[in-house]
Amino acid sequence: MRVSIDTEICQGQGRCFSIAPSIFDFDELGNGVVIGDGTLSEETMALARLAQSNCPEHAIFIEE
Amino acid sequence: MDTKPPVKDFATDWDHTDPQWVADPYPIWEELRGRCPVAHTNRYGGGWFPATHEGVTTIAKDTENFTSRTVILGNGRPGDDALPAPIGVAPPITSDPPFHAIARRLLLPAFAPGPINALEPQIRALCQRLLDQLGDQEIVNGGAQYAQYIPPGVIKHMLGFPEDDEDLFREFAHIIVEGVDHPEEQRIEEFAPIEEYFIKQIEDHRENPRDDLTTYLLNVDIGGQKLADEHIFGTMVLTLVAGIDTTWSAIGASLWHLASHPEDLSRLVNEPDLMPVAIEEFLRFYAPVTMARLVKHDMEYLGCPMKQDDWILLGFPAANRDPAVFEDADKFIIDRAENRHVAFGLGIHRCAGSNLARLELRVAIEEFIKRYPRFELADSAAVTWAQGQIRGPRNLPLRILS
Repeated sequence: MRVSIDTEICQGQGRCFSIAPSIFDFDELGNGVVIGDGTLSEETMALARLAQSNCPEHAIFIEE
Repeated sequence: MDTKPPVKDFATDWDHTDPQWVADPYPIWEELRGRCPVAHTNRYGGGWFPATHEGVTTIAKDTENFTSRTVILGNGRPGDDALPAPIGVAPPITSDPPFHAIARRLLLPAFAPGPINALEPQIRALCQRLLDQLGDQEIVNGGAQYAQYIPPGVIKHMLGFPEDDEDLFREFAHIIVEGVDHPEEQRIEEFAPIEEYFIKQIEDHRENPRDDLTTYLLNVDIGGQKLADEHIFGTMVLTLVAGIDTTWSAIGASLWHLASHPEDLSRLVNEPDLMPVAIEEFLRFYAPVTMARLVKHDMEYLGCPMKQDDWILLGFPAANRDPAVFEDADKFIIDRAENRHVAFGLGIHRCAGSNLARLELRVAIEEFIKRYPRFELADSAAVTWAQGQIRGPRNLPLRILS
């Protein structure tokens, strides 16, 4: 399971790195970035999904 | 003064300054969503109001068919030559692609979480100072004595303007915010001292560079060229216009909610960990900002015969109440976990100051409820809400309970 952010869609709403700072960080423009390669464990999956369901731009994608 | 006829049917004759809309717009939007999701008006020279989340987001993301040349709905339309093209009066909010990306790219680093989060201690100190001044009065005005002063205090610091100019700065903010409906000629006259003062500040910063947003704007370059003074001035005006009554409204509306919902106030006081989700619900439920666009060319769009230069009123607050997207959309749920609200807009014009606005809102509420863990509306009939595209309580008398 892997999480990614589509940088073409992300507008820096800032919800992902506030909700899940262990999975997401921000770049110098304030756009969201995935920490590391985005591999999710059973434990981090729920948090990634929560961030996904709060992104107003629908920029977060999770591969099962 | 001309008086406008009252609105009889908001689906065919909407007016966002109609007293009914100003007092309580939510039932109107709910009715529109059920009847005709894109409402029309012949007022203001013609315009459209999408009442659904889908309509608002579709138009917000469509910069091919809609222009941001002006984002405040009025009776006139600015001609292309009335603005210093391609910048627009207040870049990047009034800029369209492709220039928009350049103007936004250079502004975003200053408003990214890194530099903004560093302002927290200073914002907290400002809130505490304001609360100290309120002392132990029984009635405090959450709008006029508290919320109103927080954004200008923060922005003045960011721009690096002299401490002693606090009163002057507040007066400028007042002119900008309250004069939106004034005729163009009066507006130009009112703006003259602001422009003069800002130009003086720009010159002073050019001679004495320091670590602030004004110096940053002076140093930034686009392809080897420094920004034109009009661009710097326009962006400074934007930080005032977009940063002051918006955040002031969000803080005021949140205090209004807590004053009238003691169960939510007590939960927030007792469960401080709720603050981040509560802030998002305040933003969803009381989203203060509605933006405007102009239609670029005649077209059939969302089933509507749109004409070039028709207004679009982009009701982010209406989108946030759409039951198609939010469960129990008309209920304030302080611990709502899934909250894809669009209070800061979306697409390329997402509010550049959203990180700052959130920080100010959170710190302002944290400090207020720490000082006053119990309060209520002193006189609910005395509360007044601002009309127009920014919605929030202006007069907000609160009774402090022991």
